Amino acid sequence: MAAPRASRLNIHLQGWLLVLPAVVLLATFTHVPAVETVIDSFFSTPHGKRPAVYIGFDQYRTMLADPVFWLAFRNNLLYALITVPLAIALALLMALWVNGRIKGRAALRLAFFTPTILPMVAAANIWLFFYTPDYGLLNQIIRLFGFESVNWLGSPATALPALMAVTVWKEAGFFMIFFLAALQQVPPVLYEAARMENASSWLVFRRITWPLLMPTTLFVAVNALINAFRVVDQVIAMTGGGPNNATALLLFYIFQVAFSFWDSGYAAALSVVLLSTLAIIAFLQFFLLDRKIHYR
Amino acid sequence: MNRFTRFLTGAALAATVLGGSHASATELTFYYPIAVGGPITKIVDGYAAEFTKAHPDITVKPVYTGSYQDSIVKAMTAAKAGNAPDVAILLSTDMFTLIDNELIEPYDAIATSDADKAWIKAFYPAFMENSQAGGHTWGIPFQRSTIVQYWNKDAFKAAGLDPEKPPKSWDEMVDFGKKLTKRDGSGAVTQWGLEIPSSGFPYWLFQALTTQNGAILANQDGTKVAYTDPKVIEAAQFFADLSGKYQVMPKGIIDWGTTPKDFFEGKTAMMWTTTGNLTNVRTNAKFAFGVAAMPAKARGGSPTGGGNIYIFKNDDKAKLKAALEFARFLSAPERAADWGIATGYVATRPDAWDTDAMKKYTAEFPAAAVARDQLKDAVAELSTHDNQRVTKALNDALQAILTGAKQAKPALDDAQAEATRILTTYQH
Repeated sequence: MAAPRASRLNIHLQGWLLVLPAVVLLATFTHVPAVETVIDSFFSTPHGKRPAVYIGFDQYRTMLADPVFWLAFRNNLLYALITVPLAIALALLMALWVNGRIKGRAALRLAFFTPTILPMVAAANIWLFFYTPDYGLLNQIIRLFGFESVNWLGSPATALPALMAVTVWKEAGFFMIFFLAALQQVPPVLYEAARMENASSWLVFRRITWPLLMPTTLFVAVNALINAFRVVDQVIAMTGGGPNNATALLLFYIFQVAFSFWDSGYAAALSVVLLSTLAIIAFLQFFLLDRKIHYR
Repeated sequence: MNRFTRFLTGAALAATVLGGSHASATELTFYYPIAVGGPITKIVDGYAAEFTKAHPDITVKPVYTGSYQDSIVKAMTAAKAGNAPDVAILLSTDMFTLIDNELIEPYDAIATSDADKAWIKAFYPAFMENSQAGGHTWGIPFQRSTIVQYWNKDAFKAAGLDPEKPPKSWDEMVDFGKKLTKRDGSGAVTQWGLEIPSSGFPYWLFQALTTQNGAILANQDGTKVAYTDPKVIEAAQFFADLSGKYQVMPKGIIDWGTTPKDFFEGKTAMMWTTTGNLTNVRTNAKFAFGVAAMPAKARGGSPTGGGNIYIFKNDDKAKLKAALEFARFLSAPERAADWGIATGYVATRPDAWDTDAMKKYTAEFPAAAVARDQLKDAVAELSTHDNQRVTKALNDALQAILTGAKQAKPALDDAQAEATRILTTYQH
């Protein structure tokens, strides 16, 4: 009896030892900071010799009254609601296209994937030149057609959509790869059967391709949504949150409060809101959508 | 005894002597940002090496810390982790943030000898306005600037204006601007008269307008702002009118970073930007250009800008003394002249302009002296307690006004209310 118990213990020990590096890393860089952030959000910001004191929900009350927070929150929701479906639709279209037997398929796939390889800040700088008034690429094109030059990043109405375009452009190519992989997993017999029934290509897509792609779509949607709330690089590189907070997004605002205003208590409270938002999104997606999805 | 052992003995002896007289060599960590083009890192490393040569018992370890914003973030976080730099170059407007966090040592507490006291008084008074508060001197000017106007002489000639005469007043600026704004057949503008950047930190350029209109935005102790002064509202209205009513400037937000490029490309005939861009413009403008002091309304003038040398608190008196020595070295007339020539920043003290190197430079490039001559009209850059929040309120208001989202008065009323709310805790 003693020997098997020892070996079982040994196996448990081995198991724990194997996950130890991952557990330590996750705990140090993710879970402990997350818990500390929640705790910090109930304290005031320490200044010099004035230590942090417990202030309950004061930071959250400030937040409710803070117009910039609400604007950033609203901008971020818009950002998610618009960029996620657009990026997914575009990714799917591109995947369907480069999945077919066409000439120069490899080159096309590479072209669609290129934006993903670029670092965000580099991409943002390229787009800065597209958006530059007067001699930027976009304005040169629209001026050819006789329109006035548009100050894309300098007007509140166009600045946020201009940033969204960069996100869609950058993410669609990445998501295309997942759809492409999924498309190649669809059993060809289904398509053959459909052909024998003389089904239209729209019907094939609606009844075969789309349902079988659902797990991938869910995965991509979760990632895209999370990414939409993690946008910060292009805001810093392209607009700095302006004009007049028109492009302020949650993470950017947190960064500004923490490292420009040095208000770590308030930044912690804002972070808690962001964390909870992300948790709720992930929860809804996994537990509600999951049931409607066909897994093989 | 061969040569090698003799060398060893000598080295050992020297080590004993040095080690005896100085228990341990003092090491200083020195943070510095880079905000302009050029081989800055090399120059700074050179200064550090030169300093150690003159003071063998002090080693300076220069650390490049990114932009101004990155640098303050690094200095503050390092300080919170108990590992503050000894000396750092940070924005002069960061002064109150550093004071409120009790991170820096006032110079008057350590610079006590007569020579030290004379040194503090050696700089242009305009630069010292952003370096002193509450009766103490917290920063020493290092890389400082003002706003100047640049104009394209070829474009002036083409528009029938005297290429040697930049606008001297607001009226002239609008008048010239109208003549310089060119449209093609369809009515689209091909060349603007003027660009005043408004992205990122519009308050700084706006402060030139308020100064010229005779207003002062904040008090010396950084506890009160005057965003709703009628002269300030008038200046904001004028800023918006340049693109709205007079149509001599592009609409919406004008990007700080691309403004020099617009100037090089001939998209604007005049621009306002820092003197720190002087070397950049000199290298890239393919036409004859001029540099002039700001135009006047009630008066001329510009806010100053740029970075100061700060000494961080330390219990080790020897370190503070060494840090002071290094600050004095960095701000010596020869260094101030050298740094100004290499970067385009304004050399920070009058005697720097009397050095041979500087005399030679201004003789062949008189534009370099424009910013210095403007210093007599310069005012302190807007700086208060909780500085970034208080200036952001103004930035937001200005961008709302410039993009037509709000009228000047209500926008500035909002900004004043926000600033007052933030500053109440500092008004003892």
